[in-house]
Amino acid sequence: MRSEWPLYEVFVRGKRGLNHVHVGSLHAADDEMALHHARDLYTRRNEGVSIWVVKAADITASSPDEKDPFFAPSGDKVYRHPTFYDIPDHVPHM
Amino acid sequence: MSLELTFEETIARDQRIEPRDWVPDAYRSTMVRMIAQHAHSEIIGMQPEGNWITRAPSLRRKAILLAKVQDEAGHGLYLYSAAETLGADRAELTEKLITGGQKYSSIFNYPTLTFADVGVIGWLVDGAAICNQVPLCRSSYGPYARAMIRICKEESFHQRQGYELLMTMMRGTRGQREMVQEAVNRWWWPSLMMFGPPDADSPHTAQSMAWKVKRHTNDELRQRFVDMTVPQADALGVTLPDPELKWNAARGHHDFGEIDWAEFKQVVSGNGPCNAQRIAHRKAAHDEGAWVREAAAAHARKIDERQGSAA
Ligand SMILES: [Fe+2]
Ligand SMILES: [Fe+2]
Repeated sequence: MRSEWPLYEVFVRGKRGLNHVHVGSLHAADDEMALHHARDLYTRRNEGVSIWVVKAADITASSPDEKDPFFAPSGDKVYRHPTFYDIPDHVPHM
Repeated sequence: MSLELTFEETIARDQRIEPRDWVPDAYRSTMVRMIAQHAHSEIIGMQPEGNWITRAPSLRRKAILLAKVQDEAGHGLYLYSAAETLGADRAELTEKLITGGQKYSSIFNYPTLTFADVGVIGWLVDGAAICNQVPLCRSSYGPYARAMIRICKEESFHQRQGYELLMTMMRGTRGQREMVQEAVNRWWWPSLMMFGPPDADSPHTAQSMAWKVKRHTNDELRQRFVDMTVPQADALGVTLPDPELKWNAARGHHDFGEIDWAEFKQVVSGNGPCNAQRIAHRKAAHDEGAWVREAAAAHARKIDERQGSAA
């Protein structure tokens, strides 16, 4: 029997001001149980102030195989970086 | 660039392999085997100590032991979740554990005869596990390495509570001190076996090192553990049960006696003192929990249907 409880991905916000970060996954029968399990499994030592759970099946991800072409549009735009511009040393606070 | 080349260059640059990256089949099966075996060890590892939760000598010790055993459950779950990123199925992993298709650490097939065993397990068994696990925080497989970081952070309390428990007993009666020494005698050699067979007899080591899923050989880690443990034993006032154990100034390490590899092979192949009991217990817990899993799934389905018809 394949497991009947769906897989959930878990994201935890360590403290106010930080992003939610992916910490792992777990199985649960429903959203509510997924939250409770995530609390018990990933925040036994106050590691978080907020948890997101989302069914793994609901996540759309870029494919690693497409990596190069997918991210190519930003690859050739060096002018988006401040180091692209030459400013003389004697110009302050730049 | 070919998929194989990308994989090899990622490893060569010391970067992590992530779940949806292409990997050779052998890498995938090695990682699944390694992570599953580790996960099973955490789960089965709850039993020897769980044996003492209801009989802990004080509320303080009981709360500590409960928290530790709970952590081991968590470690097992982090690792199952890492194995699943490689396409393994949770129910199948449990099935393989129960039917003997996958292994767990031989150490958990020894019995916990007295409360001193709880202390010695924390000190030596968790100590050896930490030795093994710290380098695995840099394992090439990202989800495994990240699970190890989380686990290592939690392990340090495990070792410290064990050592503190033993120090308390060593300050007690002569009977308590003897109990500690006897527990050390029982667990020392099995702890050394936790690092696996000697390098000459370890078929997977070379490939695992090349893939950077392992960072040190079994013998290197075993030596490191012995060197770390000797001064701790001195401070505690116990004798490690090995007459050949002594400092070798030329090597800069401790020499130690020959491990009984015949015993190791017996325990690994199912003939240790508690193998049958451990698996039977895990199977009973799984079987007896079936109705809970089914009921929760049925409840979730019903809620789903109700919300579907309301919309
Ligand atoms: Fe653990
Ligand atoms: Fe532990």
